[in-house]
Amino acid sequence: MAKTAKLYIAGAFPRSESGRSYVVNAANGRLLANVAAASRKDVREAVVAARAAQARWAAATAYNRGQVLYRIAEMLEDRAPTFTAAVADAEGCDDADARARVGATIDRLVWYAGWADKIAQIVGGANPVAGPFFNFSLPEPTGVVGVLAPQNSSLLGLVSVVAPVITTGNAAVVVASEARPLPAVAFAEVLATADLPGGVVNILTGRTAELAPVLAAHRDVEALDCAGAGPELSATLEEAAADNVKRVLAAPGEEEEWSASPSVQRMLAFVETKTVWHPLGI
Amino acid sequence: MAHPRFAYAPAPESRAVVRLRPSYGLFIGGEFVDPLDGGGFKTLSPATEEVLAEVAAAGPRDVDRAVRAAEEAAGPWAALAGSERAKYVFRIARLIQERARELAVLEVLDNGKPIRETRDVDIPLAAAHFFYYAGWADKLEYAGLGPAPRPIGVVGQVIPWNFPLLMAAWKLAPALAAGNTCVLKPAETTPLSALLLAEILQQAELPPGVVNIVTGAGDTGAALVAHPGVRKVAFTGSTAVGKEIQRRLAGTGKRLTLELGGKAANIVFEDAPLSQAVEGIVNGIFFNQGEVCCAGSRLLVQEPIADALVDALKRRLGTLRLGDPLDKNTDIGAINSPAQLEKIRDLAASGEQEGAQRWEAPCALPAQGWWFPPTVFTGVSPVQRIAREEIFGPVLSVLTFRTPEEAVQKANNTTYGLSAGVWTEKGSRILWMANRLRAGVVWANTFNRFDPTSPFGGYRESGFGREGGRHGLEAYLEP
Repeated sequence: MAKTAKLYIAGAFPRSESGRSYVVNAANGRLLANVAAASRKDVREAVVAARAAQARWAAATAYNRGQVLYRIAEMLEDRAPTFTAAVADAEGCDDADARARVGATIDRLVWYAGWADKIAQIVGGANPVAGPFFNFSLPEPTGVVGVLAPQNSSLLGLVSVVAPVITTGNAAVVVASEARPLPAVAFAEVLATADLPGGVVNILTGRTAELAPVLAAHRDVEALDCAGAGPELSATLEEAAADNVKRVLAAPGEEEEWSASPSVQRMLAFVETKTVWHPLGI
Repeated sequence: MAHPRFAYAPAPESRAVVRLRPSYGLFIGGEFVDPLDGGGFKTLSPATEEVLAEVAAAGPRDVDRAVRAAEEAAGPWAALAGSERAKYVFRIARLIQERARELAVLEVLDNGKPIRETRDVDIPLAAAHFFYYAGWADKLEYAGLGPAPRPIGVVGQVIPWNFPLLMAAWKLAPALAAGNTCVLKPAETTPLSALLLAEILQQAELPPGVVNIVTGAGDTGAALVAHPGVRKVAFTGSTAVGKEIQRRLAGTGKRLTLELGGKAANIVFEDAPLSQAVEGIVNGIFFNQGEVCCAGSRLLVQEPIADALVDALKRRLGTLRLGDPLDKNTDIGAINSPAQLEKIRDLAASGEQEGAQRWEAPCALPAQGWWFPPTVFTGVSPVQRIAREEIFGPVLSVLTFRTPEEAVQKANNTTYGLSAGVWTEKGSRILWMANRLRAGVVWANTFNRFDPTSPFGGYRESGFGREGGRHGLEAYLEP
């Protein structure tokens, strides 16, 4: 019998406080593993961890955040065969496809790593106000972001939604693909051994429909990416999210094609623009 | 008032420049039309309580008619070359400038704010916003939203009563430049400047249906944001209504931007230039009678200078002139509505009940109209309602702090995040503070400055999206 995969919270690997787990099968039906079925309380623990980690992560230099993301890409590349096997099992694709998806995942991390110290330059800048003031605008992280990872694309999709959130200095509480969680579990192990501070990314496995509403209603979560929610669940999450005016990326009608080139839109969904004024004078 | 030498002779602006009609219809498809659903309401002058005009109340069928007019106009307006759209928007800016005095007086009559503010702030800034965004209409490919950004379609825009024309400009100018068509719902208590703007749009020969204006109360706004033809909603107003709109739009795929309430901290360090800080505090909370979402309603002052600063502030407040808002000497006008006055009174009473010390500027309140004197609460603790809730009136709550860390902690101890102020001579401290304050606008050694090029909007429950600058286009374009 395979071992039971654990959650990833605050840089540690706890069991679910509920003691629950569920069986994960490969796309072909073969038993792969048991994974922890996170509870509502686990979600709240993960939010606490994310909150505790977020300010320091945001205060790290953009250069440093880029380095950490690049390090994650390197670690993933080191373990490419493991991830290829996990993706092939989870998604039911052949080895060549799985290799391509892992390769695209590494490229995606590198792409975002490079953005860490550039995004402020393309969306921020000086504003030529009509008066004796220096005025500039900068993007800042929104804070703690709930991320519902895509259900189909177990690794590339996961990284495509997590990387843009943390590149700009947010912390994430991620709910992994419910039926295909093992690549996310392996990714958590990469994060734990890369230099990402504990709590910046927390990964929960379990039932999306059970965990997502806790994130959507949580007063200390400032934004929500419903990528893996599906339109129906997304609508109820969007409604709950209004209680503290969360920024929400609604679920698309069907899952995105993650192999397509990304844009900066996912980063911009989870930043705030801060504008600072100061008088000019001698 | 405390000093006889400050007694000024009255210097009222003439209201003859404004010709009010007894009643106004809805502006739909380029014309003023009677409402299908038949209702109407009166708009009053807050300073005198006189009835200014009767205004149509748009019902669901009227909102539907306005959205259809905007849908019909959307295709041709979006297809127009950006340079041609720009000409219309430039023309609107010019006409606002040309009719600035008329607009300034009308805004005073309908809102109650002083002519000094409408003349020097509201109207020139409204014109400037149209002028700024007119220039974007043929440059959208440079807005950082991809090589060929597209308009969204029909946008529904609901605006508040505190800066009626300026808020209309903030909403309409970027939407039009980006190629959208609009249905605008002005606030129930201040519809007149938007209706004068409708005349200006006719004068500018804006194609019919590109902008439609539906007057009414909250149910008109609710019908507008819920209309299936509206693809994007922009709302400025209270956080409670903003949340309700966000809930209503859940699952619809409509785009949304919200500019909501605030409870800004204005933070004064012991090394700040005291007299400048006093002016900044006054401007921060008593500008527009404090009816400003980004008002500096919480003064955080460093302990060693707290007494001296509050004394200087009270002396300065003793020189503010409250009264006839058409008088060019007036600093503090009328409160916009009896409902708002009641809310301010209620919160001020709670401040006393909860143990804060109340001080009012010594000024006589006119017998007619809705007035509230500049008020300062000292000895305020962070748990009191006057430290937590948006008052939206001329009421300042004074708290103290010892260290910069404590200032940041107290400033951020709110569910809002619209603006903040920092007063200190030390540059590195300004930037250290600006980094840590969770607010969309940080004014350092100044307060309540606005400019069309400068993005404005909130963190947290103060809303999302930005108005002004390149950022202001994002809400109105598809990448």
